[in-house]
Amino acid sequence: MTQDIDAFRADTRAWLAENCPPEMREPVRSDKDVCWGGRRFEPSSSAQADWLHRMAERGWTVPDWPTAYGGGGLTPAQTKVLREEMAAIRARNPLNSFGISMLGPALLKYGTEEQKLDHLPKIARGEIRWCQGYSEPNAGSDLAALATSAVSDGDDYILNGQKVWTSYADKADWIFCLVRTAKDSKQGGISFVLFDMDSPGVSTKPILLISGYSPFCETFFDDVRVPKRNRVHEENKGWDVAKYLLGHEREMISAMGMTAAGARNPLIEGAIATVGLDADGRLADPLLRASIARFEVRARAFAAMSERFIDELKAGRAHPAQPSMMKYYGTELNKQRHELAMAAGGSDALEWESERTRGGAPARAWLRTKANSIEGGTSEVQLNIVAKRILELPGA
Amino acid sequence: MPLFLNDDQTTLRDAARDFIADAAPVSHLRSLRDADDPAGFSRDLWRQFAEMGFTGMLVPEGAGGLGLGHVEAGAVLEEIGRNLSPSPFLTTAVAAVAALKGTGAAERWFPGIVAGETVAALALDEGAKHRDAVTLKAERSGNGFRLSGTKRFVAHGHVADLLIVSARTSGGPEDADGVTLFAIPRDAAGLTAEAERLADSSVAARLTLDGVAVDADAVIGEPDVGRTVLDRLLRGARAGASAELLGVGGGAMDMTLTYLKQRKQFGTVIGSYQALQHRAAHLYAELEVARAAVLKAQQLLDAGSDAADDMVDGAVSVAKAQASEAAALSVQEAVQMHGGIGMTDEYDVGFFMKRHRVLAEWFGDANYHADRLARAAGY
Repeated sequence: MTQDIDAFRADTRAWLAENCPPEMREPVRSDKDVCWGGRRFEPSSSAQADWLHRMAERGWTVPDWPTAYGGGGLTPAQTKVLREEMAAIRARNPLNSFGISMLGPALLKYGTEEQKLDHLPKIARGEIRWCQGYSEPNAGSDLAALATSAVSDGDDYILNGQKVWTSYADKADWIFCLVRTAKDSKQGGISFVLFDMDSPGVSTKPILLISGYSPFCETFFDDVRVPKRNRVHEENKGWDVAKYLLGHEREMISAMGMTAAGARNPLIEGAIATVGLDADGRLADPLLRASIARFEVRARAFAAMSERFIDELKAGRAHPAQPSMMKYYGTELNKQRHELAMAAGGSDALEWESERTRGGAPARAWLRTKANSIEGGTSEVQLNIVAKRILELPGA
Repeated sequence: MPLFLNDDQTTLRDAARDFIADAAPVSHLRSLRDADDPAGFSRDLWRQFAEMGFTGMLVPEGAGGLGLGHVEAGAVLEEIGRNLSPSPFLTTAVAAVAALKGTGAAERWFPGIVAGETVAALALDEGAKHRDAVTLKAERSGNGFRLSGTKRFVAHGHVADLLIVSARTSGGPEDADGVTLFAIPRDAAGLTAEAERLADSSVAARLTLDGVAVDADAVIGEPDVGRTVLDRLLRGARAGASAELLGVGGGAMDMTLTYLKQRKQFGTVIGSYQALQHRAAHLYAELEVARAAVLKAQQLLDAGSDAADDMVDGAVSVAKAQASEAAALSVQEAVQMHGGIGMTDEYDVGFFMKRHRVLAEWFGDANYHADRLARAAGY
């Protein structure tokens, strides 16, 4: 077994060395460097297109999915080796996708064979870009209060209502969406449906955020017709799917707290660039140095926690509510990282439009992180979940 | 290797948990404290540790031990921490063994350690805070050395059979070269120990060495290059203290959660109040993160030459700093959430706070380790 994995590691290393273009080993500098796929996707370079294509061909955009659905069919141990080898050469993620991180796992668990064959390979190849229709103006932390209605009409549902905070709805091809199919039960009246964003009656409106970007939209449904065969899991059982999927979303968001491999990182480099080192090689601002050093302890400890969490998850040993702990800790950590990065950058980091800052990237990224502990369930909601489900403290 | 305990390690952890909870629960500490026990720990309990095989856990099988690693030792230490069991396990079975292993001195000391007859103490610190500098002087004299200077915060130093002493044989206080580690029997002439009871009821000694003469075979490893042996000792000791801290923090959290589910005020259990639920959930997260950091350090230590020294050192510092901070939060929240009863001597929770304070200082506090990580990262 050890020999098998060693051989797999050697093969993987050799293949990556040959197939991962040098440009795809550079740090991601802006959203243009992130490959989201989709019908309207235009690669920012031929290297980006090659990298996606080569990885998808091996099923390595989704290494642990079954090969029948476009995956790599790798074991958990092999998947870990692949991630380690990719990290070792700082390879970029070939494909970022809500289809991979959220919908895929839910379809694998709850989808029909037809739904899996229809959607999963297109997700794996980056052909269809998905967005998530969950939150509504009056259903945020209390998500199950959602009101978007789906009324039965023969083989279809007719949808009416509004979603909000739909990430990249204006760029997505399809949506996975929570809708109300019954009013007599709050959580027991929700269904989980999939449909094309090009369907008549769908419209989107980007929301301008404090960062100056518009990654989120308001999404409106006006008599949108959705075939019932596009419903995942049973009618009125959509909440089960939603909860399962939210766990995966929390895993993805919590990964943001992870620190890059290696001792030096952008936060430290940035501080050195701004304040400089003293004669002993220490950051010349001792209190900033102390703040960063204390933060780095937590960040590196959380990197170990992420490794442990993934290992436990793959082995089926993680507590079902552990993603809430990860989400809480990872997002709070990420906010702290960016607060420190702003302090380290001083007035340079305040520039909003300059070339030097690539259009205010530090400040905009800092502001963007403030949503981390709100989206996907607020920190307070995560703490409620941990308190009740893991610590078994009584309900109020 | 996945970052969780494997089946064998889990079995061992469970055995340690049952044994220590039975043989040395918190009441054992309390009775030693109430009796003003001069040793500060029980030799009987130490021999029971030997019967369980714990004393020789890290000793190679060829030398009569179990040949296990720091993950396994950590499982025992966590239970020691959870029960606040006074024990020379960390200094003897972990740190001293880590230093002696593979050196000529191992043959002399391992049999006594494995048998539960030898207790070791670590004479490293020279100031009130743990530092890298070593100044206690060891001068060549005839076939051996003469040691002069002082050491402090030497847990069990007043009763230990073996003292591991870091000394300077050449160079300046901060130099890596010129450090030599000695294994000195407690009854060596010129060695005096002043026993001090600490806040947690344990006993640590201030040692004075006044021309203590030792043969060349008292050197652990080779003279002048003892820094590598000392580093090996410290890695084991720090990972071990981190594991014990997890136990202290976990034990305090368990008490707190139990209390939150029982104590009623305003007509309902206080654990139903969100103000306390969120604090408890945050505490749980900090301890979980610390647990991962500690296990990561232990696994890297056990990987031996497969892991680079600076990587292991980094992981160990992260573990010690995070475990100290997480356990600090746990014991502080424990007293606060228990309210008045947490302040009483009769109730056990205060013992956890005191033990944490000692462990947090030992082998470098959170600031020391954060600074060490920063220096290693070049800032």
